[in-house]
This record gives sequence, C-alpha cells and structure tokens, in this order.
Amino acid sequence: MHPAISVIFFTVVSGAGYGLMALVTLSMLFKIDGGLDHDQVLVSGTLAMILITIGLMSSSLHLANPKNAWRSMSRFRTSWLSREAVLAVSFYPMAALWLLQWYLDSSMSNVVTLVLTFLLFAGSIAVNFATGMLYASLKTIPQWNTSLVPANYIMLGLMLGSLLLTLLRLYYGLPIDQMLIINIGLIATAGILKIMYYFWIGKPHGPSINTATAFTRATVRLFDVGHTSGTFLTDEFGYQVARFKILLLRWVVYLAAFLIPGTLLAYNLEFDSLMVLLVLAFIGVFVERWLFFAEARHVVTLYHGNQRV
Amino acid sequence: MRLGLVIDLDVCVGCNACTVSCKQWNTSGTTGPLTDYMPYGKDPSGVWFNRIRNYEIGDYPNNKTVHFPMSCMHCEDAACVTVCPTGASYKRKEDGIVLVDQDKCMGCNYCSWACPYGARELDREDGTMKKCTLCVDRIYDQSLDPIDRQPSCVITCPAHARHFGDFDDPNSNVNKLVRERGGNALMPELGYNPTNMYLPPRAVKNEPALEKESLISKVKDWVNKSVAR
Repeated sequence: MHPAISVIFFTVVSGAGYGLMALVTLSMLFKIDGGLDHDQVLVSGTLAMILITIGLMSSSLHLANPKNAWRSMSRFRTSWLSREAVLAVSFYPMAALWLLQWYLDSSMSNVVTLVLTFLLFAGSIAVNFATGMLYASLKTIPQWNTSLVPANYIMLGLMLGSLLLTLLRLYYGLPIDQMLIINIGLIATAGILKIMYYFWIGKPHGPSINTATAFTRATVRLFDVGHTSGTFLTDEFGYQVARFKILLLRWVVYLAAFLIPGTLLAYNLEFDSLMVLLVLAFIGVFVERWLFFAEARHVVTLYHGNQRV
Repeated sequence: MRLGLVIDLDVCVGCNACTVSCKQWNTSGTTGPLTDYMPYGKDPSGVWFNRIRNYEIGDYPNNKTVHFPMSCMHCEDAACVTVCPTGASYKRKEDGIVLVDQDKCMGCNYCSWACPYGARELDREDGTMKKCTLCVDRIYDQSLDPIDRQPSCVITCPAHARHFGDFDDPNSNVNKLVRERGGNALMPELGYNPTNMYLPPRAVKNEPALEKESLISKVKDWVNKSVAR
C-alpha cells in the first residue's frame, strides 16, 4: 500500500493525543502519583486536544473532495471510518465540558465530573480502536486483517501518551514513581504486541493468483498488465519495498520505539533526557506506521502479477 | 433482479473493444467524464471502468494465453458499500447494480481499498471515486431498441465473449451459460459473492510436442539408463 504521509501523521499524532487524554483522565481517577492540580489538568488536556486536532486536520489532507467530509458521519452503522469520525467529533464537546469543569474549579468528588472523566477515558481508547478497526476490517489486505492491528493502535497511542504525561509531570516538578511503572508496562506491552504482529504477517497467507483468476488447477503467470504507464491501482496498491529495507526499519522500530526508551527509563530521568527519549519514541512509531502501510499487500496486486499476497 | 455479466474466457481475444467502448459511452454518461491525464504525454494514464490483462495459464506444452477483462462484479455482499462513510456508494435494491453518488463522495479511497477486484478508480480531477455502472443509463433507455438495451461492452464485443442478464432468473441466458460451462466467481474465499461470472476455456487436445521414438532415441535412452546405474 502507498504510505500516505498525511495519514501516517494523523494516526501517530492523534493517537498520541488520545493516549495522553486517556492517561490524564486515568491519573485523575486513581490519583496516580497524587494526580494533577487544576492548572496542570487544563494544560495537559489542552495539549492533548491540540495534538488530536492537528492530526485530524492532517487526515483531511488525503481526501480528494474534502467539501463532502461532513457526510462521513452518516454511515456509522456499517463503516469503521464513519464510526471513527463520529467518535472523534463527539469527543470534542465531552473534552470541552470536562476542561471547563476544571477551569471552574470543580473537584473529583462531583459525580458528574467522575462520570465525564470515565467517559473521556473510554472515548479516547474507543477512537484509537476505531482507527485500528478501519484497517483491520479489510479482508482485501491480509496483513491488516488481524485483531493485532487495533491492539497495536491502542497500545502505541497509550504508550506515547504516557511518556508525554511523564514529561509534563517532570516539567511541573511532580513525582513520577508510579508513572514510570506505567510507562515501562505500556512500552513492554506495546512492544510485545508489535513483535507478535511482525511474526503474524511473516509469510503471505492471503489469496493467490489462482483463486484471483479462478484457474486453481494450473500455474498462472502474468503476460501483460494491459497498461503502458501507472494507473490509480498501481499508484495506490503497487507500492513495493525491498526486503532488506523492511528488516532494517523493523530494527529501527524495536530500538527507537521500545528498547531504548524502555531501558533508559529505569535510570534517573531529567526533563531533557526524557525529552530525547520521547522524540526517539515518536520517530520509532512514525517508522512503525510507515512500515504498516508499506508492508501491506492488497489482493488487487494479484492481477498485476503477484503470486500471493 | 440481479443484473450482471458473464465473460467467456474461451473466446475473448483481448482486442480491447469492450474497454474502449466502455470509455466512450461512460465518459459522457452519468458518472462521466472518465478523465485522462496527459493522454498525449510520455506516461498517459486515466480512469477506466474496464481493463484487460493477459495471463499464461499452465506450463508448456499445456499452456494457453488467456485474456482477462475485469470490471465491477456488482457483488451481492459489496464491501465497498458497507465501508463507505458518506453513503455515496450504494447498491440498488431493484437490480443489484453498485453505484457511486458523485455528489456525496469525499474521495477518501476507502472503498477502493475494500474492493479486491480493482473495480474502483479515483478521478483525480473531480476528486470522486468512479466505477462501472453496468451502463445503467443505457439498459433502461426506452428510446433504444430492446436489443440495444445492454451494456456498451456487451454489444461491442466482436467475439460474443460478454453476456448480460439477470442472475436471479434460473433460466436466463447468463445462468444457462454458467450451468453448462461451469462458470466461476473470482476470489470467492473473500465472501463478497461477486455477481459476474467467468467461463473457463473449453478443454482442447494439445498437439504432442515430444519427438517420435526413433532407433537413435531408444539407444540414447538405453545408454542414459546404463550410465545412471
């Protein structure tokens, strides 16, 4: 699949924003490391909403006809893309109301605030789940059609969000003992799930050129693809990446996203050193998302000569 | 009604008359134009609803060239319709034709990702998704002779490799052909129940390509066997 930069940017940055919102609400619900005070909630919640908004604006860049984008919320009963849009848009009034409560000096004992906090936590997980399901629901791309995909999207979002929250806590000079345990737990879980995913897609296991052409009792070879230069289909689905480059980039993902931040978190952290680790983790997840698209093989490439996908 | 096509791979000669007539009819039809990019440039490209690819089936000497026209299969369980977030993609209840409402499409490409057959192509000029309409603007046209109320590709085919009909009627021309010739659906394992069917080439007896046995070849065989022992 063609790795579109706007979609990669959207899924990583918005995913981290929803992850940050999930961790902020979680730390308020359970007073993790003592929670945050009103101003700190406002700043971290606003930062999450800014990340989410930048990402969503980037996602509209890949639309060829964005003036109809408002219609994308109409088919939530069947389409995961529509569900993602509905969930992402309904997140805004909830977040605005929640932040307003903190601005008006409310406290967690208020039942309405408590319910709203929980809804925001569930909502931020749900958006990342919908983003993952958007890809996982496609039977035409065997590398995506697995439940590991939404699991990856949720865990990587939570992982980046938790690192962001730890960084904010360091900035405010707050304790980070419990946050560090959460950080390491999320990095380990996200890393293990990603390794599982790479093993899962290791060998082609989807349809073959034989079922694609219904000649299941003979070898089938492409003679002539029938067009002299690229088409929409070859532009969108014909992306090829060298095997060695994939293996190299997977190691970049392992090291930058999981191993280096996960190991160095155990040492005494300053704001600056965590900043470096966070940038490294973002680079790792960007490479992970690029690979997610570049490694995916659409079944239509069988008609263009691939033997298996 | 469940309208669709039967394509006879035995007689298709790969002349591209169907693809060109499709382009000609539909570029001025309901979802036209089928925009061309740089038609006279170095890399001409553009939107087509129907494409022919050519394959070699089997190994020499039992091989055969097969020309393979493909357009929208108008699936019974069309994933392109269920994934569409805007409701622009829809499947007509009355005849099963899958269409794109050009006024609602936002050009997100998601339906083309869901289609295994490459039936949908984005028009970069209009920013909307376009696809085979089964010539919906032709097959119901009362001003045409009944014989002409068929998709443009079917009427044009000089080899009569394309047949149009109702798959819900067990005695329609298309269902008879599928029964008699053992028609196949493409990639049935994905479960989209494509309506269009493909008739496999008829069995033919190949000319033996091996040499006749002569005295010299018998001696050679004997020597080879003795050496192998």
